[in-house]
Amino acid sequence: MKNQQMLFYSKFMGSHDYQQSTMNEPKLKTEMNIIPSQSIAPKVSINDLNFYYNGCQALKSINMNILREKLPHSLALPDAENPRYCTFNRMYQLYPSQEAHGEIMMDGMNILDKKQDINMLRAKVGMVFQKPTPFPMSIFDNVAFGVKLYESLNRNELEERVEWALQKAALWEEVKDKLNQSGISLSGGQQQRLCIARTIAVKPEVVLLDEPTSALDPISTARIEDLIFTLKEDYTIVIVTHNMQQAARVSDYTAYMYLGELIEFGDTDTLFTKPRQKATEDYITGKFG
Amino acid sequence: MIPVYTRRRIVNAINLTFSILAMAFGLFWLFWILFTLFEKGLGGISIATFTQMTPAPGSTGGLLNAIAGSLVMVILATLIGTPVGIMAGTYLAEYGQRGWLAPVTRFINDILLSAPSIVIGLFVYTVYVAKMGHFSGWAGALALSLIVIPVVVRTTEDMLRLIPDSLREAAAALGAPQWKIVTLVTWRASKVGIMTGVLLAIARISGETAPLLFTSLNNQFWNADMNQPMANLPVVIFQFAMSPYENWQELAWTGALLITLGVLGLNIAARFFLRKQVLPN
Repeated sequence: MKNQQMLFYSKFMGSHDYQQSTMNEPKLKTEMNIIPSQSIAPKVSINDLNFYYNGCQALKSINMNILREKLPHSLALPDAENPRYCTFNRMYQLYPSQEAHGEIMMDGMNILDKKQDINMLRAKVGMVFQKPTPFPMSIFDNVAFGVKLYESLNRNELEERVEWALQKAALWEEVKDKLNQSGISLSGGQQQRLCIARTIAVKPEVVLLDEPTSALDPISTARIEDLIFTLKEDYTIVIVTHNMQQAARVSDYTAYMYLGELIEFGDTDTLFTKPRQKATEDYITGKFG
Repeated sequence: MIPVYTRRRIVNAINLTFSILAMAFGLFWLFWILFTLFEKGLGGISIATFTQMTPAPGSTGGLLNAIAGSLVMVILATLIGTPVGIMAGTYLAEYGQRGWLAPVTRFINDILLSAPSIVIGLFVYTVYVAKMGHFSGWAGALALSLIVIPVVVRTTEDMLRLIPDSLREAAAALGAPQWKIVTLVTWRASKVGIMTGVLLAIARISGETAPLLFTSLNNQFWNADMNQPMANLPVVIFQFAMSPYENWQELAWTGALLITLGVLGLNIAARFFLRKQVLPN
């Protein structure tokens, strides 16, 4: 397994009884930190991460080590009813009511440290949102937007990069004759692929997908999932989803989160066939959720 | 007991009737005003209106100096007021989330927005005209720009607030610093709305009389010197319409018609512009 995907779900709804039973169960914290069959030093380690918004705690003491060569530095934790926020590229800094405490070590540096250059961090950690968000400019300029922030390419190089990114995002064939049209004129699924193209055009190390298909129809969803399969050859992809079948289909590793706590983390096959935690089993088998 | 469906139909009919009556009431006055303007003003429009100066009582003349003066002052006021207004509105919408400065600014701007224009005229009279010792075109442009600013601040802020945060997040996630998010993304997304606000502000100041009475006053002759009193349509209309001379009264009607047509044209242009922009290619 050269590349990996990680998947984090979080479920914030649920019955009270269920919550009780989870709380009483012993947590296997140490085991959670280890991905089976891997023993190299972690490249990214999350130490005691707590996240708050509007005075409400959304993440509770998350500890997790991520061990691959190409590593996710990016992790989103969605909430069903609140605006999305993201700790791993410090998106939360846009909002004064949100704060994170703890440590996320990446390449030996704590990325939550305010001294770390946030814009460089975001160049490494690309993000695609739940709803397609094309900018009000041409398709070409949408893809070129991020590239222009970091690199000064000449026109030819820029055109090549845009074409490359659109090819990667499997959108090139559909838009190659109308690159000057507004990005808003595309369909929803095309817009989402445009956003993915825009993200990978910057050549990030990690691509974070925050429920990327929850606003799309099944056909567009299938295309995005195909795309994720291709992209995972080159990028580490972190995907947040509430759709369990999707998690099983596209990811190599899965973490299950419930009410801000990490319940279980392991490779997808094991997690879906032989979960160690009863809470995970209940969720997978549909007793809850 | 009337069946639900019948009751709904009755309520609908009543609502529709009142709505149509209200609309007819508004349109009635509007068309009466337009009709009077055309009736009294159209006869006075000729080449001379655009080529000759305002005349002495009893002789022939046009409105050239007043039209030119109005144009110059409106353009200058827009040039002064628009950048300030857009910048301030951007601060309020994009940067002013924390602290006390933004709420206070917004409150004061709202007061300025609803301040009677005569107060603004008096203010400029006190701080500029009285100090300089004479009325001038600069003072007029300054007073008009003070009316432009709050209108533009308000529309800019409102339009920027309409832009969903997800767009800002998307730009931030690519690593764009905030000034780039503002200039490349949110301004672009709200370009049409902001432009409409500017056009509305221009429409508003092109008919303002009170602030100009205290600042640029009037000038019967051609004047290109901004330090001298400057002729302008609203004050000419005011003076000529109040005068006992028939040729002056006719010119006042012509001037009123010109302003109305100008504002109407501006509004139509704004709508045309808007419609073209809103539809994707």
